[in-house]
Amino acid sequence: MTKSTENAPAAHSAGAMEESRPSLSALLLDPSFWADWASVVGLVGLVIIFGIAQPVFLSVANLQALLLASAILVVLSIGQTFVVATSGIDLSMAAAVMLGAIILGLVNAAGYGIFLACVLALLATSAIGFLNGFIITVGKIPDFVVTLGTLSAITGLGLILSGGEPTMVGSTFLLKLASGSFGPFGYPVWVAIAAVMIAHVVLYHTRFGVHLLATGGQAESAGALGIRTGRVKIAAYTLSGLCAGIAAILLVARIGSAEPLINTSLLLNSVAAVVLGGVSLFGGRASILGPAIGALMLTALVNGLTLLSVSAFYQPLAVGAIVVLAALIMRYQK
Amino acid sequence: MSAVAPSSDTIIACQGLSKHFGGVRAFTDVAFQARRGEVTAVIGDNGAGKSTLIRCLVGVHVPDAGSIVFDGREHPFSNPDGARKAGIETVHQNLALIDELTVAQNLFLNREIVRRIGLFAFLDRRAMKREARSMLSRLSINVPSINQRVRRLSGGQRQAISICRAVGSGAKLVVMDEPTAALGVQETANVEALIRRLREQSVSVILVSHNFDQVRRLSDQIWVMRAGKMAATVRSAETSGNELVALVTGAA
Repeated sequence: MTKSTENAPAAHSAGAMEESRPSLSALLLDPSFWADWASVVGLVGLVIIFGIAQPVFLSVANLQALLLASAILVVLSIGQTFVVATSGIDLSMAAAVMLGAIILGLVNAAGYGIFLACVLALLATSAIGFLNGFIITVGKIPDFVVTLGTLSAITGLGLILSGGEPTMVGSTFLLKLASGSFGPFGYPVWVAIAAVMIAHVVLYHTRFGVHLLATGGQAESAGALGIRTGRVKIAAYTLSGLCAGIAAILLVARIGSAEPLINTSLLLNSVAAVVLGGVSLFGGRASILGPAIGALMLTALVNGLTLLSVSAFYQPLAVGAIVVLAALIMRYQK
Repeated sequence: MSAVAPSSDTIIACQGLSKHFGGVRAFTDVAFQARRGEVTAVIGDNGAGKSTLIRCLVGVHVPDAGSIVFDGREHPFSNPDGARKAGIETVHQNLALIDELTVAQNLFLNREIVRRIGLFAFLDRRAMKREARSMLSRLSINVPSINQRVRRLSGGQRQAISICRAVGSGAKLVVMDEPTAALGVQETANVEALIRRLREQSVSVILVSHNFDQVRRLSDQIWVMRAGKMAATVRSAETSGNELVALVTGAA
């Protein structure tokens, strides 16, 4: 678009064009497009490399396994995205997953039924998120410090509740959830797809989504326009907690028991997926598809390395290198 | 000090207004009014109390004494949100724009148009873009695209967007605090042209400025504050730069 058609009085001619999306070529020349879609480019690159190096990688069975393995991380990275969009960070996510799993296991073991157990697990993790947001906004304490504190506190709570012992969860419902499938995908994949779609609509098509980005972008300006930034932040952390609860259910379904163990790589990978997805750690800029594909890419990396018989010890190294590399590329493209 | 008698064409008027911060007196016994459809300027030296006066009018501060009548009713608000709902829009000195959001999103921030589907309300982005485009064209504001992030705009464009948002919300009164303080020559000219268009369209504006020439160019009525008092008020057309300097410094 040239300066002259940008004149507002001449907007009639430009109107129809602005209504549609920018053209593909303009999109490809825009550096921020590459920054926003680094995870897609990375995923396509990995698929090509692994596909050539080990054709089994591209087999339907392996791709289905890959999607199944990524479901938990996708759900977690969505929750993390809402928090990072407000310029916060939720370090307590993996601990919340653990506590959710333990509550699920204990309630189920106490004989209250699997549905109540799942609901209570979701409520507990959402409450943790709410508490995080509440302490951060009301106490005016940095996000990092508060969620680091709850990370430790929740871990302790989980150990106390479980006595440090894993609880077996033998539920046909969870067994079906973990192993059943509908169409080409297993149920956990559908759960992740549903989470992505709902989160996408919330972020881009609701007032809450706009206010979330405004709060993360310039909280002071958002406040001057009457946006209740404190409430927005609390809501973001609560959503993060809810996602941790969903992940907890998927995790228990997958391994068949509730373990009092924190999977720190889940936490780190959720942040990594958000970064790969082009979400600004300074807040105000976010997408849902980006982090979801970032999560897919990290899972593909681990899957591919395993297929190539690379020692598992090299996987964290590769993940770390790729995340830092992606962050660097984005820096230079801006 | 004798003020013009309030009448129905007065958008805002205050009487006997005082504000102290602890022992520090911001201003005492100030009378001020602005007419509907005019640009009313408030000038004064640093520390004369004009910013505090404006903050009292838009609900940031609550005055210690005195009355404010806005649009025929006793001032009913004690915070900026209340003032905004009553129809007073402020163009903040920091503009209150969100860099990472688009022009259209900024214009409708916290006033989004939504479509209700059952229990849920979804943004009507198409309607907001259409409205944003007509808001901008009504004031002849040029921006590259309403889908552009505000971060990429120049200082003058950002000021114009902020003013456009204030005017476009259907505000009865728009308050601008030093709208050109941070702008270059060309951008200042653009913003001044914009304020002139507001005047042509009979938008009621209160303008705080340091720049006497600008004030004479843009406003209908000028109020001069000095050392916490309202020192004088003159019609812009009937005053000179020298007279304003004399009034501000107290040499008159």
